[in-house]
Amino acid sequence: MSTNPPSPSDPASGPQIGADEWVRRSGERNTGPGGVVGFLQRVADRTPHILLLVAFLGFACAIPFLTTNVYVVGVATDTMLYVLLAVGLNVAVGWAGMLDLGYVIFYGFAAYLFAELSSAHYGIHWATWQSVPLVIAATIGLGFLLSLPSLRLSGDYFAIVMLFFLQIFNNFTANGYTWDWFGLGHPHDITGGPTGITNIDPWRLFGHALNPNKPQDYLWIASAGVFVIVILLASVNKSRTGRAWRALREDPLAANLMGMPVKWLGLLAIAVGAGVAGFAGTVNASYYQGVFPDAFTLQLLILIYAMVILGGAGSLGGVIFGAVAINVLLEVLTTPNHARWVFYAAVLLGLLAKVRPWKVLAAVLAGLVGFGLAMHAIAAAISARWVDGPIAVGPTAFSTHGFFATLIRHWVVLPKGTYEVSNYKPGNYAFVIVIAMVLTCTVLKGWKRYVLLVPTIWLGAFVWETDLVNQAATTRYLLVGALLITLMATRPNGLFGQQRVEIV
Amino acid sequence: MSGILAFQLYDWHFFFQQVVAGITVGSLYGLIALGYTMVYGVLKLLNFAHGDVYMIGAYIGLFVLTALGSPANPILPLVPMILLAFAAAMAGCSVLGVVIERFAYRPLRNAPRIAPLISALGVSFFLQQTAVLLFGANPRSYNTFELEQNSAGVGVLFHSTGAGNFSIQYIELVVILSTVVLMAALSLFVWRTRTGKAMRAVSFDREAASMMGIDVDRVISVTFLIGSALAAAAGVMTGLIYQQLNPYMGFGTGLKAFTAAVIGGIGNIGGAVLGGLLIGLIQTFTVAYLSSTFSDLILFSILVLFMLFRPTGIRGAPALQKV
Repeated sequence: MSTNPPSPSDPASGPQIGADEWVRRSGERNTGPGGVVGFLQRVADRTPHILLLVAFLGFACAIPFLTTNVYVVGVATDTMLYVLLAVGLNVAVGWAGMLDLGYVIFYGFAAYLFAELSSAHYGIHWATWQSVPLVIAATIGLGFLLSLPSLRLSGDYFAIVMLFFLQIFNNFTANGYTWDWFGLGHPHDITGGPTGITNIDPWRLFGHALNPNKPQDYLWIASAGVFVIVILLASVNKSRTGRAWRALREDPLAANLMGMPVKWLGLLAIAVGAGVAGFAGTVNASYYQGVFPDAFTLQLLILIYAMVILGGAGSLGGVIFGAVAINVLLEVLTTPNHARWVFYAAVLLGLLAKVRPWKVLAAVLAGLVGFGLAMHAIAAAISARWVDGPIAVGPTAFSTHGFFATLIRHWVVLPKGTYEVSNYKPGNYAFVIVIAMVLTCTVLKGWKRYVLLVPTIWLGAFVWETDLVNQAATTRYLLVGALLITLMATRPNGLFGQQRVEIV
Repeated sequence: MSGILAFQLYDWHFFFQQVVAGITVGSLYGLIALGYTMVYGVLKLLNFAHGDVYMIGAYIGLFVLTALGSPANPILPLVPMILLAFAAAMAGCSVLGVVIERFAYRPLRNAPRIAPLISALGVSFFLQQTAVLLFGANPRSYNTFELEQNSAGVGVLFHSTGAGNFSIQYIELVVILSTVVLMAALSLFVWRTRTGKAMRAVSFDREAASMMGIDVDRVISVTFLIGSALAAAAGVMTGLIYQQLNPYMGFGTGLKAFTAAVIGGIGNIGGAVLGGLLIGLIQTFTVAYLSSTFSDLILFSILVLFMLFRPTGIRGAPALQKV
């Protein structure tokens, strides 16, 4: 065994004396992702970002002219609200690196405050130009107030205190109609309780009331908000403050030693995010004509986190992409008919992207078809009840004609009576098994993985058809949870996020 | 005279009931807190999913009781039936805990601190929604009140014993005693076995422990296994006493239990149970004497103050910050 140390002049042999490993390998780190994402990212990098923003918002604002379908315009409006929320959360999470788990409090607080100021609840009807700035200012104030614990606590302790605030907020809004100062005063209705506050005044600009039944008005307002806020935030990000935030994210201790006001920067990041959420909250209250306590809970928080993480925390464009992608995808999943196609398309695309070389891909696809047909034949031989279940379910009947529909009917086993109210459906057992198989797939290597992949996908399709496709609300949140776990394990920087500087 | 009047006005029976109820719910928080405190000890990770493991444990217990013919007409005698529910829940959740660690946290061992936290939120959310899918979003009931009812229609678990103003239900006795037993067993494990020693070493300094030849990954797996089993036991007990289960019960309980671990000094086994008892008593007395609708608001406000002013626990030493 050779014990000679590598010669210092040999460039290929590991760390060298006098040469910085980190600097030497900077070129490798800067090679961006390959494939479609990499191509899109390179195109996006070459185009001026303001053009991309204008193009995106221009398309969004044009949607009401392209379609007369109110539902589509409504989805676009929701998406724009999510874009606002994701961009706001990105300030604390992506730039300053603080785990702001109280973010939806600011959204809810602004919505409730706007509702109090512009509804019959207290009989106050302020003009929009008065109430909106006031609400945003108050929300920024609340942001400073609730982030004060970060002066004493750091990391996960601060995160959990923010979660406490969220629990307090939820408890207060849900029961705030019997607020009696713990027996010291008379019961007093502050938040409307479980039914919330309804009949909120619409936004009123230049003497023109925005009609909540025509979502395009709110789509345009939200888009204008996105335009102004993104430009403001982008310039903040380029400023001294933005650089300081990033320093804080990478290493708070080093930032502190460099003389940066670390505590103040943290407060500022959360307060700026709160301000953005405050604006979104005022639009939300008017647009939905009501505020309800269960709209501002942990579920919404996790959804916004998934948006920020998917696009890549820290990248404005990525975060906007994440919000649009997740909201549109989840909206599509609410219609069983569309959800079905999304599922099969996703499986096919995933196989095409991940299984190489093409011979293996062909074998897996052939195996899939053969396995499904065989299982179908076996199930049919055991009992006809196993295969004559209905495929048409949910509000939109699935077309029972056409090539793909026929293929699916003869490929997936659809037991009869799966949709009856029963808590021990076959799909439930299969769901647990599929999870176990998927996890096993990630551990196995080589041909074993591909062999296991075939029954996994087939059983996944079985679960999808018999169980998930009918429970859109649960399915969407299941997918969000799974997405967060998968992203953190495989691509913690998201699709468009910057590779972080790793200090070892 | 007025003193006697005040004494009569003050309902001591009610007061003692609250004390017992507070200690009971506190024991449950303590059991869950043990999992938080051990995981935080070895991984420095706030495992948000732990509360949901507790919830899944409660559902596994319900599943077993239902499979054995539901409390109204059980096919087994009382004690084996309940022991089976405990065994199944603890076994199922140990596997769940180990799987969660293996697939959600292990790939992130060297990632920035924020990454495993977000992953933990994702796991928590995934487990909640899985429970909604598998067991339904509506609350389910253990119906243990129907177990071996006496002539008055009260299940055997809810019979009371005691003297004077002090009375305690059998089930409360069972919960408190099992918590004491489980905590003692855990202490013995941590302080008397080789694996326990390895666990303490990893908790003290992971890198140094791995250099000493300790299989850190195995120790972490064992930690998750034990913590999840304890949470499952707490889940089944919750079902036996309070009967009502829902898929969202884990998260709020988990937050309180984590705070119990912090109050007791994180990494400290006895402290976690002590913290659990304190939180249980505060919660019960808030509901009984202050306000039942705003009990969460009051409790969490107290917890915020506690985190702010004693983040190292009632008897914990100030933590050294390592750079």
